[in-house]
Amino acid sequence: MARKNSPINVDRRKFLAGVAVAGAATAAAPQKTPVAAPIPDRGSSGLRPSAQMAAAETAMPRELPRAHMADGSDFMVDVIKTLDFEYLPANPASSFRGLHESLIDYGGNKKPEFLTCMHEESAVAMAHGYFKAAGKPLLTLCHGTVGLQHAAMAIYNAWCDRVPVIVVGGTDLDAAKRPPGVPTVHSAQDINALVRDFTKWDDTPVSLQHFAQSFVRAYKIAMTPPMGPVAIALDGGLQQAPIHENGERLYIPRYVATSPPQGDSGAVREAARLLANAERPVIVVDRAARSAEGMKLIVELAEALQAPVVDQGGRMNFPNTHYLNQSGRGNALIGQADVILGLELADYWGTVNAFIDNGEEDGTGLREPRTKNGVKLISISSTGLLTKSNYQEFQRFQVVDVEMAADAEATLPALIEAIKAAIPNDRKPAIEKRGEALRKAWTDGRERAKGAAAVAWDASPISTARLSMELWARIKDFDWSLVSSGNVSNWSKRLWAMERYYQWLGGPGGYGVGYGAPAAVGAALANRAEGRFSVSIQSDGDLMYAPGVLWTAARHRIPLLSVMHNNRAYHQEAMHVQRLANRRDRVAVLGHDRCPIGTAIENPDPDYAKLAASLGWWSAGPIKDPNELAGALEYAVEVVKAGEPALVDVWTQPR
Amino acid sequence: MRAASYLALAALAGGLFLAQGGALAASAENGRHVFMRAGCWQCHGTMGQGGAAGPKLAPDPLPFDALSSFVRTTNREMPAYREGVLSDADLADLYAYLQSIPKGPDPKTIPLLNR
Repeated sequence: MARKNSPINVDRRKFLAGVAVAGAATAAAPQKTPVAAPIPDRGSSGLRPSAQMAAAETAMPRELPRAHMADGSDFMVDVIKTLDFEYLPANPASSFRGLHESLIDYGGNKKPEFLTCMHEESAVAMAHGYFKAAGKPLLTLCHGTVGLQHAAMAIYNAWCDRVPVIVVGGTDLDAAKRPPGVPTVHSAQDINALVRDFTKWDDTPVSLQHFAQSFVRAYKIAMTPPMGPVAIALDGGLQQAPIHENGERLYIPRYVATSPPQGDSGAVREAARLLANAERPVIVVDRAARSAEGMKLIVELAEALQAPVVDQGGRMNFPNTHYLNQSGRGNALIGQADVILGLELADYWGTVNAFIDNGEEDGTGLREPRTKNGVKLISISSTGLLTKSNYQEFQRFQVVDVEMAADAEATLPALIEAIKAAIPNDRKPAIEKRGEALRKAWTDGRERAKGAAAVAWDASPISTARLSMELWARIKDFDWSLVSSGNVSNWSKRLWAMERYYQWLGGPGGYGVGYGAPAAVGAALANRAEGRFSVSIQSDGDLMYAPGVLWTAARHRIPLLSVMHNNRAYHQEAMHVQRLANRRDRVAVLGHDRCPIGTAIENPDPDYAKLAASLGWWSAGPIKDPNELAGALEYAVEVVKAGEPALVDVWTQPR
Repeated sequence: MRAASYLALAALAGGLFLAQGGALAASAENGRHVFMRAGCWQCHGTMGQGGAAGPKLAPDPLPFDALSSFVRTTNREMPAYREGVLSDADLADLYAYLQSIPKGPDPKTIPLLNR
């Protein structure tokens, strides 16, 4: 696309508003609309055009022959605005300067509001966390090649976690016209190829109308279960070239949500028959609940069967205060089960099989079934509708007896009804009795957890149980949301009361370290609008991937209480190296640290309180004495309640 | 409780170990050093309290013979520690350290666990 530097001397916003309104107004029955004349400024509308507007759309605009034409990126903003994005986290870049300028000057920096990020990975992860708290996607912009490569891990996390993110990558396609030097180094024939293996769809529009179609299509695809990130490569020339005055007819397709896929009725009946007649059914859930409604449905399903639920935690699937939540003894239950229902499991094989990393089988470890012979396996998962080849997040192949390639949440109403109809009357007493046993098991499990929490209660470094419960005492009376958590032995799930959908948001999906901090900020942004108190348990190694996101939170006044789980190591890796050293009968060399060389984050010890303070946060720590924790947390809570972020650095036990 | 406090119990722990028939003079102080150096704390915590990566070892550790046998021969998730990596003397000291770790408070007496 040709570039043209022209002085802007007309009211471009009013001009393009006409185009946008015309598009939105006709979206119910998409059709081409002539470029409109200037009309009074107004927001986009789904209403049909008035007579006045219709006249304005069809009459010859008097100014056009002599006015500078609005640039393409203004129209792009009109398209973007129809989809109601609240925010746009991004790191600025020349390849999308046209769209950037249009967003803030033509679009008024509202819906979406540009959030300044210091790394593309942070921007995408913010969008990731935001979606899981808000249920709405965000748009982000990436600089072609370099920015998209920075963003790649966060996009992969979103892909694995089935989270929609709309990624627009700027690029300069026309080799004959693109600026020489750096912009050319940062351009590629096909930047989307960088992320094509882990995006649901991508496109490279070559005209403005093409952009409008691609963008709305991208949104639609991203939001249809199985959800996922999408990418649009956006030519710099297309952003900056004027809208042609003679004959270009632009419209904006209307977004209509696609219904999620539901399980086949025959498969639903067969699953219901198996579950209704099972002696020891177990329900395993991972990313099953896409919404609060999904959580209610899983409760209804479990209660209908009086079946234990093992929540693998990809989402907030099931309240941990419900007696049927038996996640703490999941492997034992799976081992006894005669029917297992898996809902949106990321790893069905790993659910019903054990992997023992002990070096046997030529060093690859043992694999052995967890289940007893004759167990019937049922799966409802939309991931079966979207399997690619290269990246292996689809996990090992597991044979199941009834498999539905369908969205679990959308299928549950039919399954629940089918189960209620299928339960024989003579089985109802046994089902009730099953529930009574599970009530006792739940109570016993809570008491055991309390006993375990007390063991190192006064330890220094501070135990993760103490950390979790000191934190819980300070937030439990608020409308709180645990937006991210490092590996602290699941104390929040074991001892907090988690009952609302937004109180647990799951993990990164792709296990990419560096997700926690930016996802927490993104989710806290979503929670801010709802008046929720956001808290994260922040791992040290995770924060150090891209700590610049702390500045973004301070800059945009995103209230978040971040409590550090600072074990001063990449602890998973410390254990891996130790395991291999033992296996080879060698002493793992620690150097001057506590962990094998290459795995410690100490000497020098990062001062996260100072780091956070330098980036605009209130902060305290490092706290090593458990008795000093309460005071620091209480102060930090007040800071967050006042609308600012606060970080408390705590030296902790490893897990 | 800090290391200094454990050491106050070390002599007692070592003595108990000997009284149970152990052939080695065990040192809880060295045992704590071994526990850290050998990486036991990475999965079990510095006080052997256990967690997501490993079970609780203390207080009230397994009998020495059972623990020693497991450490030397296990082929499950935990890697075996053979003599070339962890000597018999160090294993005895490590056990003395585990024995020296006092019980935590009764969970019923901790307000944060009972709200």
